[in-house]
Amino acid sequence: MGGGNWLCSWASRRFRAVTQEVFVSSENPNQAWSQTMFDQFVDAGVTLFPYIPDAGNKALIEIVDAHNEARSVLLTSEEEGVAVCAGADLADEKGVLCMQSSGVGNIPNFLTFVKGARFPILMMVSMRGEYGEQNPWQYPMGQAVEPIMEAMGVLTFWVHEPDDLEKATTAAINAAFKGGQSAALILSQKFLGAKAF
Amino acid sequence: MHAINPTIDRRELLDQLVPNPDEYLIITGLAGSARDTATLTDDGDNLFTMAGCMGAAVSMGLGTALAAPDRQVLVITGDGELMMNLGSLASVATMAPANLTIICIDNGCHGETGGQTGHTSNRTDLEMIAKGAGLAATMTLVDPADIPSAATFLKDRPSPRFLLCRVMDGPPAAYKRNMDPAECRARFRAHVQNTA
Repeated sequence: MGGGNWLCSWASRRFRAVTQEVFVSSENPNQAWSQTMFDQFVDAGVTLFPYIPDAGNKALIEIVDAHNEARSVLLTSEEEGVAVCAGADLADEKGVLCMQSSGVGNIPNFLTFVKGARFPILMMVSMRGEYGEQNPWQYPMGQAVEPIMEAMGVLTFWVHEPDDLEKATTAAINAAFKGGQSAALILSQKFLGAKAF
Repeated sequence: MHAINPTIDRRELLDQLVPNPDEYLIITGLAGSARDTATLTDDGDNLFTMAGCMGAAVSMGLGTALAAPDRQVLVITGDGELMMNLGSLASVATMAPANLTIICIDNGCHGETGGQTGHTSNRTDLEMIAKGAGLAATMTLVDPADIPSAATFLKDRPSPRFLLCRVMDGPPAAYKRNMDPAECRARFRAHVQNTA
């Protein structure tokens, strides 16, 4: 292969990468509501945001990382985040575990912290496998989110429409940090939009 | 295969490694490490032991360490418990808390369920995994004569630090600790607030 071809191909890949980055950072449609939600979490005293990266929490975590007191905690599996939030609770700090719905399947054993030990775990779940989903691999876990949460004693607060967001966030925060329950704020694909395949 | 034949009795280990347990907030995994540590602290208010949630100890310690940066946090767990959540070591390395110590009591088997052979009796080296995950300081203790230098390691080396203790396959300390997790949570939280 000639050097020119290589350079051209490199430049083309590089250009794509840069344009993608610019698109996601400056035009992420999740930016505005993520800021609203973040402000509510911070007002409630949340400082830790353990997360598994997902399109639905990308803007939120960028806002966290730009804040001087809030901290994101990159995880390798969602179950870690339940334990991180429980450990923070032991020292009277508050966290919110941010994950995609497929990760709910990774956490039930650690939800023993909820049902057995009454740790108030707060979660933010961005849905796959429901409204408008086109990927058949996503449906099994997406449809299992509610039964898993119910089985392990976690209350669910759904956001289907933009108007639901602030109220549902308040309700989830109050259930967890005032009511001593565990709560999942669940963002539907009707709210987030479904990915095209 | 490891050519290691440990001679350390786990029941005589922790009081030499951690002579002042009151200086720490301590989280343990389930089973043997929980009983050994309950004996060390007389099931103290600064101790949260588990009897389930296998794999949660290091992540829980990370949460406590991040929430209480002015306190020293100690995680004590077993090889089987840690193997169930190896990714937690990467999360610890990325956050790099300045106040987190992890002790892994590695007996090479699943003592609580009948002594079935574990990976660390075969080819797996948990110190290498912790080092590869990116922890700041790691050490393996095999020889009882090195216990004093391991205790120094825990005090002096940069955090997050990881000490792997290869111990004999034998019973942990006998101790009947509080097994009510909600009570243990409440007492630990009260301890943190009362000693702030």
